[in-house]
Amino acid sequence: MITVSDLRKVYQQGNKDVVALDGVSLEVPTGKIHGIVGHSGAGKSTLVRCLTLLDQPTSGTVAVNGKELTNVNAAELRNARRRIGMVFQHANLFDSRTTEQNVAYPLELVGTPKDQIASKVAELLELVGLSQFAKAYPSQLSGGQRQRVGIARALTTDPDILLCDEPTSALDPKTTDEILDLVKELRNRLNITVLIITHEMHVVKQVCDSVSLLEGGKIVETGEIETVVTNASGRLASTLLPLPGDAPRAEGSGPILDLLYTGQQATEPVISSVARQFNTDVNVLAGSVEQLGEQQYAHLRLQLNADADVDAIVNHLISNGIAVTVKGAK
Amino acid sequence: MDFFTPTVLKAMGTATVETLQMVVISGIITVVIGLILGILLHVTGKGGLTPVRWFNVILSAIIVNITRSIPFAILMVALIPFSALVVGTSLGPIAASVSLTIGTIPFFARLVETALRDVSAGKVDAALVMGSTKMQTIRKVLVPEAMPGIIAAVTTTVVTLIGYSAMAGLVGGGGLGRMAYTYGYTRYNMPIMITTIIIIVLLVQLVQIIGDIIARKIDHR
Repeated sequence: MITVSDLRKVYQQGNKDVVALDGVSLEVPTGKIHGIVGHSGAGKSTLVRCLTLLDQPTSGTVAVNGKELTNVNAAELRNARRRIGMVFQHANLFDSRTTEQNVAYPLELVGTPKDQIASKVAELLELVGLSQFAKAYPSQLSGGQRQRVGIARALTTDPDILLCDEPTSALDPKTTDEILDLVKELRNRLNITVLIITHEMHVVKQVCDSVSLLEGGKIVETGEIETVVTNASGRLASTLLPLPGDAPRAEGSGPILDLLYTGQQATEPVISSVARQFNTDVNVLAGSVEQLGEQQYAHLRLQLNADADVDAIVNHLISNGIAVTVKGAK
Repeated sequence: MDFFTPTVLKAMGTATVETLQMVVISGIITVVIGLILGILLHVTGKGGLTPVRWFNVILSAIIVNITRSIPFAILMVALIPFSALVVGTSLGPIAASVSLTIGTIPFFARLVETALRDVSAGKVDAALVMGSTKMQTIRKVLVPEAMPGIIAAVTTTVVTLIGYSAMAGLVGGGGLGRMAYTYGYTRYNMPIMITTIIIIVLLVQLVQIIGDIIARKIDHR
């Protein structure tokens, strides 16, 4: 479990203070995958550097399983860092070392006996499916393979937390999915807590149990995927379940409704029941249905007849567990 | 072929050995001290592992830049008393090695600093995040990752040293520079001067080729 409380980071730029992190609090329970999304400039990089204490936060604390990383001496910090395995955007492997030497690095630091290193490295390379590349140098590997080595290296110290900083941003879509599948599989096998910092919504959809939106150094929205996706007033819902780019413009003058709902409701024939029960026509303007994790989620934009009883219909939908926003009549 | 009397041939052999002595002695000391200085320059610099501003300013501006801005011919003459103090004489290849070393250390240190700067900050971050001490980060990551660049720097430095050693020969160091001066300039003996040039060119080529081979072997980037 990783607990971040009220993390602030203020940079001095000339004689001006720049607030990069403005009180970030966060808790990820053991065995969960949490995504932190945000545009560039939102404070993602600063957050990563503060979580690993590469940069000293101005105030606030970071704790892994209740043990604080902030306010400890250098030796304690080095030990604490070994509880966090970090995966970088560009893997940051050491070019002068082979795959197995890269994975062995964290153990070399503490003088682990050679035979123990060898068996641990072999086990990790097996885990990430790279056993046959043990003797290869990073330059001989593909981007996806390099990232696998990076993940194996991050796991060498049996950390409690796997911190991934834009782990797939430099990879193609197919490799991205392979790496994300690997992360998920590792979580399932090792029950490790995963924190993924990314700007790609795809990553969140693919692996995350919960998500936070970082903006201007603050977490402006956070929650389980299921909750944020069906929160009609939230910003994550429309980014996670966007309507197709050029949704057709409404022709008629009837009110427009945006519906967000999960799989259970999706099995009910909502639209036809509305049409039948309220004796009105329902026009689907746009819609997207996606599988996020184990669940199905739908985002629909409907237009009703101009004379339809909007309030009654909205109440009916809400009572069926569907989040509704009325976009108003055109 | 009466240019190459046995006396001349013997002198040529001695001169080559003296040049090699100067280059090897000053080369080894330059690499050892220059590597340490180069690492200190990089590590204490802005954005380095342990920025120490005053130390970096003194090292960089005063020692390295001032030493480097003095032309080697002048530095060498100026250092004659110092050489005499260190090795007891101001003559011969050993004495010349003192000024050669002092003249090339700053040059090599700057090249090492550049090679270290080429190691991406991400690798250093990775090393630290995995729990490396600063010393481990330098020994196990920074220097090994910069090694291809450092080898290239050693090659360049040794080639420079061969050139400097010829200059050092003029002020009492002996070696091929002295030979070329004595026979080629004061006695107008062209064949001997050309021969010394050929030996120096071959030496430089040999160093460059060996340097390139080593660099290629250890470069896995």
